[in-house]
Amino acid sequence: MLREEALKAVYPRLKDQVVVTIMGAVAVELYNLGHQPNFFYLEHGMGLASSMGLGLAVSLPNERVTVLDGDGSVLMNLGSLSTLARYRPPNLIHWIFDNESLLSVGGFPTATGTGTDLAGIAEKAGAEHVALADTIEAAEQAFAEASEREGLSVIVSKVEPIGPASFAMDIGLLENRFEFARHVQGLERP
Amino acid sequence: MPVSVKNSEFLFAALKSAGITLLSALPETWLVHVMQMAEDDPDMTLIRLNKEEEGVGISSGAHLAGRKSAMLMQNHGLLTSVNGIVSVAQLYRIPLLMVISYRGEMGERDPWQTEGGRVTEPLLQSLGIMYRKLSDPATVAHEVQQAQTLAESSLRPVALLLTRDLMWEE
Repeated sequence: MLREEALKAVYPRLKDQVVVTIMGAVAVELYNLGHQPNFFYLEHGMGLASSMGLGLAVSLPNERVTVLDGDGSVLMNLGSLSTLARYRPPNLIHWIFDNESLLSVGGFPTATGTGTDLAGIAEKAGAEHVALADTIEAAEQAFAEASEREGLSVIVSKVEPIGPASFAMDIGLLENRFEFARHVQGLERP
Repeated sequence: MPVSVKNSEFLFAALKSAGITLLSALPETWLVHVMQMAEDDPDMTLIRLNKEEEGVGISSGAHLAGRKSAMLMQNHGLLTSVNGIVSVAQLYRIPLLMVISYRGEMGERDPWQTEGGRVTEPLLQSLGIMYRKLSDPATVAHEVQQAQTLAESSLRPVALLLTRDLMWEE
């Protein structure tokens, strides 16, 4: 499955959620589908997108928060899978795209290519709802269920190590940060 | 355990007065009372971390959502959080309040704390992080408020170093 196609399939739901992506291909592909003020692209700080998602989810209890993560980033902060499972915010979706590669920095293979099982780690860390979704149909279904569920959802999808032709995004890093903050703070006002 | 309960109470009350409703923390001897107070207080959310750098992400998410938070950690936790501080909090202009127990400074008896103590202030200086050392319980509330004010106006991390004189009674 191509990550880009999976994102396209779930975009109608995603566009109304508070979304945090990691840097690189995932950010660009979501941006190219149509930027929204509720999308935040974490362009550095590898591993911390899931921690940001936790901070957002516990602070925005009425919003659905989705983190679009990757194998390289998750492997850098495996403890976060345990922290997320410990606090299991009911409005948080942690979707990990596993291309077994550090694609955005040259395609070096990661440990998921030699057997490390991120879904297995998430499950044993205590996450209740862990789904494998390696086809578009499975991804749509898993994301729909996760979006309707009151409970932390982890989705792991094996995807091709293919990224966008260009990594250019016509939005400044701080522009994104301030627009996102203003937008999500407005969401919670009564 | 001769960690000062009274001064821990001052610190916790000061954090609450500064509007902080979320604390992320990793257990550390000097911080046990503050963490327990946070756990017992229904108006405070405590997130116990596996590694301190996670707290940078959590506080950054909370800030973007409009919530005031702080990280509670030992200075060795600061050392392990450096990339998050630089690549998330400083890059994205997050007013990150870091409340740090300052181990390995004058009076330290544990040899294993001493290297961390030696590099803590030079590290904060090299990162350009404004900080204060807290020793006098009478100034804790004021210093916490001042630190939070600077963090919010500068949109940058700010650190408070909790000294042995403040946290330890013997």
